[in-house]
Amino acid sequence: MSSPVIQISSLTRRFGEKNAVDNLILDVQAGEIFGFLGHNGAGKTTTVRLLNGVLEPTSGGAQVLGLDPQTEGSALRARTGVLTETPSLDERLTARDSLSIYADLYNVPRADVAVRVNSLLAEFELADRADEKVGGYSKGMKQRLALARALLHKPEVLFLDEPTAALDPVAARHVHTLVENLARREGCTVFLCTHNLVEAQKLCDRVAVMEHGRLVALGTPADLTRQYVKRLDVDLEVDPVQMELVLPILQGLPQLVIGSPKQEKDFLTLTLSGREAVPELLAVLVQKGLRVYRLAPQEANLEEVYFALHGDAQ
Amino acid sequence: MNTRAILAIVRKDLKVAVQNKGVLLPMIILPLILFVAMPWLMAYGPDLAKATNTSFSNMDEMLGHMPVGLLHELSGYTHDQQLIVFILMYMLAPMFLIMPLMVSSILAADSFAGEKERKTLEALLYTPTTDRELFTAKLLGSWVAAIAVALLSFIIYAVMVNAAAWHSVGRIFFPNWMWIALVFWVTPAVAGLGLVVMVFVSVRAQGFQDAYQTGGLVVLPVLALMIGQISGVMYFSLGVVLIVGLVIWLIDVVLLWFASKSFRRGELMTKF
Repeated sequence: MSSPVIQISSLTRRFGEKNAVDNLILDVQAGEIFGFLGHNGAGKTTTVRLLNGVLEPTSGGAQVLGLDPQTEGSALRARTGVLTETPSLDERLTARDSLSIYADLYNVPRADVAVRVNSLLAEFELADRADEKVGGYSKGMKQRLALARALLHKPEVLFLDEPTAALDPVAARHVHTLVENLARREGCTVFLCTHNLVEAQKLCDRVAVMEHGRLVALGTPADLTRQYVKRLDVDLEVDPVQMELVLPILQGLPQLVIGSPKQEKDFLTLTLSGREAVPELLAVLVQKGLRVYRLAPQEANLEEVYFALHGDAQ
Repeated sequence: MNTRAILAIVRKDLKVAVQNKGVLLPMIILPLILFVAMPWLMAYGPDLAKATNTSFSNMDEMLGHMPVGLLHELSGYTHDQQLIVFILMYMLAPMFLIMPLMVSSILAADSFAGEKERKTLEALLYTPTTDRELFTAKLLGSWVAAIAVALLSFIIYAVMVNAAAWHSVGRIFFPNWMWIALVFWVTPAVAGLGLVVMVFVSVRAQGFQDAYQTGGLVVLPVLALMIGQISGVMYFSLGVVLIVGLVIWLIDVVLLWFASKSFRRGELMTKF
């Protein structure tokens, strides 16, 4: 990662009285997979439109690949690829026609069009049905075709708006692999709008969380979990013969253990007040003569961060 | 201007449009009625009237009310020939204009409102095409197709008129200079009018059918021309055709200017 590929400064877009994007400030580095999280209506799609110069900001601005989307939109869009939230495909065209037409629109060298189209059709497993009309495709096939279209011109920055929303788990994994390969091997910067938190956790180097058009959190998934998830779930395993002794001890430690422990098959799952409670709990258990086989913190994930940030909605 | 991108959009729009029956059927049925069936019906009208002892006095009366210039142009023909030439050469001339108007309106409705309905515009807006290229491409496809269809219709009509009227007129009499001006001067202007009006209509329309129905009102001036001619207020002389063409071209330029001003990506993204 080096210089910022996307620099957003005080970007605001208002629709009537509503701020769709409100004073957004952030940078995205080259080669980064950047997650842009938020509920529906949080401002994710509007931001993508603003960053590609297809929508004008009310105030503020941005630079993408060193270009101003508002004044250099055409040059910029030649270097970015966008997978829109709905596939936005002409259902009366065949996949091959659709890609060929967009290859012309993206100025793919004429001599390369057929090769590029065929290679993408093969890569996205659409070659067998390339000459059928898109109207007959499944949702997953349409999504794959739309993604192939976004990659026709080998963009330097790829904007993906809910790329796996309509895909089955196998197809979704295929997209995840593709996104990782694009970023890690080809240096493509990926701006991933999603409300799939598992996907964001798995793929993203950094994430931004949006709420009502405002940026409410920004950082790596690990940073955000440390910052926003105060409680810690741990698995506790003791000598099975001492299991009956554990519960009364835990119930006597309300400053460390929150709520009631959950009994699993041969261990307990409990929520601690924080990371610092781990050594304290361990010390107490050992002091009481318990043989602790395992006290394993569960890694917090983005889902918990997200719910911590949107606590009011829960 | 990126001509490759413009041609790609034209290709896309036409490929998509011709697969819509709502687009294709009127473009086939109307010419068949107007430019194939009508000449034969009109050319054999006087004979049919005689065979069935039906009076053609209404037509004679109408002809009697026609401007002097038209009567002068028809003076070289016999009575029966005058009726045929009047109907096929002059009365149907305004009707011919429905063809480019209708084709450009249908194609523009499919290209703008149809794209809105199918939610396919967004992908196009993310391409490197400029607003001007997009606007040009969207208009160009519908305009050129409308002119091509009108030109083909004219050729078919010319063949049909001369063939159908041969038994009565006995020579090739169609087209005259008025028709040449109508086809090559007025037709492109009328096609332009149809599609520019449709650009405005499409912004508010919910979809192809909605746009096409609302935009259909654009045929009213053509109907006014027809009524004007039938009532004898005016007739389609070469001079009238040249003036009508000039007026429509001027209207086109003004509407096109306003349309191009409002054709901005941001506007399209929020309205479409």
